[in-house]
This record gives sequence, C-alpha cells and structure tokens, in this order.
Amino acid sequence: MTGYLRSDGRKGIRNVTVVVYLVECAHHVAREVVFPSREQGVHLLGFPGCYPNAYAHRMLKQLCTHPNVGAALLVSLGCEGFNRQTLLEEIRATGRPADVLVIQETGGTRKTIEEGRTWIAQALEKTAQVPRVSMEVGDLVVGTVCGGSDATSGITANPAVGRAFDLLVQNGARVVFEETGELIGCEQIMASRAARPGLASELVACVEKAGRYYSTLGHGSFAPGNAEGGLTTIEEKSMGAYSKSGNSPISGILKPGDVPPSAGLYLLDVVPDGEVRWGFPNISDIQEIGELIACGSHVTLFTTGRGSVVGSAISPVIKICANPETYRRLNEDMDINAGRILEGAATLDEVGREIYDRVVQVAEGEKTASEAMGHAEFSLVYKSFEPLGPACLPG
Amino acid sequence: MTVSPDPRLLRLHPADNVLTVIATLEAGARIRVGEAEVVVSTRLPIGHKVAGRAIRAGEKIVKYGAPIGSASCDIAAGEHAHTHNVQSDYLPTFLREDQTRFFAQHHS
Repeated sequence: MTGYLRSDGRKGIRNVTVVVYLVECAHHVAREVVFPSREQGVHLLGFPGCYPNAYAHRMLKQLCTHPNVGAALLVSLGCEGFNRQTLLEEIRATGRPADVLVIQETGGTRKTIEEGRTWIAQALEKTAQVPRVSMEVGDLVVGTVCGGSDATSGITANPAVGRAFDLLVQNGARVVFEETGELIGCEQIMASRAARPGLASELVACVEKAGRYYSTLGHGSFAPGNAEGGLTTIEEKSMGAYSKSGNSPISGILKPGDVPPSAGLYLLDVVPDGEVRWGFPNISDIQEIGELIACGSHVTLFTTGRGSVVGSAISPVIKICANPETYRRLNEDMDINAGRILEGAATLDEVGREIYDRVVQVAEGEKTASEAMGHAEFSLVYKSFEPLGPACLPG
Repeated sequence: MTVSPDPRLLRLHPADNVLTVIATLEAGARIRVGEAEVVVSTRLPIGHKVAGRAIRAGEKIVKYGAPIGSASCDIAAGEHAHTHNVQSDYLPTFLREDQTRFFAQHHS
C-alpha cells in the first residue's frame, strides 16, 4: 500500500480537505462551502459552542493535522470565543494549506461561500501534489467502536474484531478500543491484561470514573434498543464490547487527541476528568469515532447488531454486522457479515482475517460502504480532561 | 465455545448459567435445556437468553464466564432470562417504557 506523506512523518490513507466551522453560527456557511465538492473528499467538521474549550481546540488541532487530511479551511463568524488564529498557525506549521474566513469581515454569507469555494478549488490542486510513499500495516492506527449493539454483537462481530486486532498488533499496528462506560463490570478482567503493574490500577480507575459519571447522570451507556436486542444489563453489554479488544496485552491509556506512541493495544478514556458538568460523556457513536480519529485512527472498525448506517469525516468506517437478520435488511450499509458465524457459515478466525484483509484494502484506497454512500458524519461537544498519569503510556 | 445439546442455544463458557438464542424461537417452540424439554412462552429473537438451569433469586447470572448481574427472582430452567428477572449489579437498565419515569425525575 502507499500513503500520503505528511511533514511530521505520518502517512495518510486518504487526502481529505476539511472545512471547519468554529461556532454553530458559521455552520451553514461552512456546509455550503463544502457542498459542490462533497464527492471530491471535502469534509465538514466543526464545534458548535461559542465559549472556548481546551478539549475542543485540541480535538480540532489533531483532526486538522491528521495524516488523512491535506488541507483545512476554518470558517469563523468573528465574535465567537474559539482561538482561530492559534489553530490556524498550528495547522500552517505542518505545511498544510490552511486559511480562515471570518464571515463578519468577508462581507456575509454569500461572499464567504464564494471565497470558500474558490479556496477549496485551489486547495484541491495543491493536495493532489502530496507525494505518495510506501506504507505498511505497521504505519496504521486502527480504532474500534460498537454502536446499535444487540446480544449478537458480543458473540460474533466484537470477538471477530478482537481477532483482527490481534493480527494488526502482530504486524506492528497501533490499535485503540474505547468507551469506558461500556467496560463497567470488566474492570478487573481488563486490569489483569495491563502490560505494566502501574497501568492496572489506572485501568480500573478509568472505569470507576465512568461508573461515577453515569451514576450521577442517572443513565448508563445503554439504549432501549439494546434491551430489545436481548442485552439485559450494562455488565452484559460491557463483556460483549470488551471482546473487541482481542487478547494482546494492554499497552497504555490514551485521552482524546493522544496518539499511541508505539505498536500495541490502547484503551481510550473518553469520560471527562473532574466534576460531572458537561452532560453525557459521548452523546452518540459519532462523537466516539471523532475521538478515535483525533488519536490518529486511519480506519475505524464499527460493529453493530441492530444496524447503524454511519460513516465519518476524515477516516473511513468499516461496518461489521453482527446479526444475520440485520445484515439481510441493511446489507448495502455493511462491509462485513459477521452474522455468518451464528449460522455456522464462518468461524471467528475466518471473519477476523476477513476484517484484517478489508483494513488493508481500505488503506489501499477501496471505499467502504458508508464512504460510497457519502456518509461523513462529525460531532464535537464540550469536555475537559487532565493530562495522562505517568503510568498510562509505555516509557 | 461449546455448543449445548440444542443447536439453537449457545453456551459461551462452561461456567455460564444462561444460554444465548442463536436462531429466533417462536412462541410454542420446544427447546432442550439439560435434561428438560421446555415450551417457549413468548417469541425469543436471536441474542436473547434462557436459563441453562434453575437459578435462585439473588444468584449471579454468568455469561462469557463472567457475572453480568443477579437474578431478581427465581428463574426456571429454559425460562427467558431478561430485564424482568435479572438486574445489574452496577447501574439500572433503561427500557423504552422507563422514558416517562426518567423525564419525570430529571427534567422537573
């Protein structure tokens, strides 16, 4: 496979141009800038809040300088609290084409859309010149998320992703699992896989923090559809979700925006630190995917039993359907039918290998089902984090 | 993964006391659980669980070889094991019919 070489040495499997609104008031203008070129790899991102937030700034910085991104256009209303100048300088420091349009200075909606579309046309010519270099599985960061889970998720698709994760780690990749609110009940089992003694207690602390957070909010990471799909408790959902992590030792903990430093399996802690104040840690699967991408994920493996249809801005999403009945209804939206395992038509190892092979094909440029249908979802809201503890990353 | 004698029911771990339905069972279907033959009283879609043996109130429910909650009442072998007779040991499970109660508690 070949990748797009970026100035920090990282390699991308896509060459996306992002248009980023810096407050909800600039969303419409940014969306209109994207519209004519939405099928040429131009994606919309943004942050809706008017008040500045360090997490949101770091997220957008990491996303705009992600190896799959070639250029970034920021769209500001003008009066919002987001520090647009710093973000612009951070992106430009990587050598990527980057600019900011301030609607209040440019002269309003129509003029900003026109200027934005002209800028995009020029940016697409520049990003087409980015050199392609050879790339290996060991250059990849792969994330995983589950959404629209039912009780088949934890029997077929999730353990199959676990097998694929094991293969990826054996080949030098960095792989990331997440959603500590969906690991409630697995904390001791997970801690026993920590690569270092100090990490074990950090893993338990992460899950306990998630338990406290969700208890305060009065609602676990459990949707009504989960119960209708046969899942009875958060612990049961957790055990199923946990099986996505495979059998490698856990090398470290990340927070959103931390890029894993070396090959291995990492847990992404998505629950904010400090007092409970921003609402639910992740309001939807989309926000989790965005955080995995901010940690450098080139590809996200999304398992679903009930049947999610989403994709993502920046990095392709491979959808692995756990339930054979769901697959028959939603097969156009799915990349892999792991439900075959329940019907005796494939083994976990075979589907794990198929997922691994699909990651390589997608890294080589093949479109996923959601990419082909134009999915490029994105969501970012307020959070706050403290820096990682010393035991969290390999030394 | 060992398959229980009834091919429509999957025991994921030897220590499990619940079995997973892997082919939808219509009401009235007969399933074999251990020595017993049990008639299914309501439709059980793929992924739902039945008790693999008689389970007493308060006993841990074990799936994947790990506790996933506790029995909130006695459960007979072959009976549907779900939110009506199993509860979390961590956080209560949220059902569609709970939405009215949830909004009454959190949005008044």
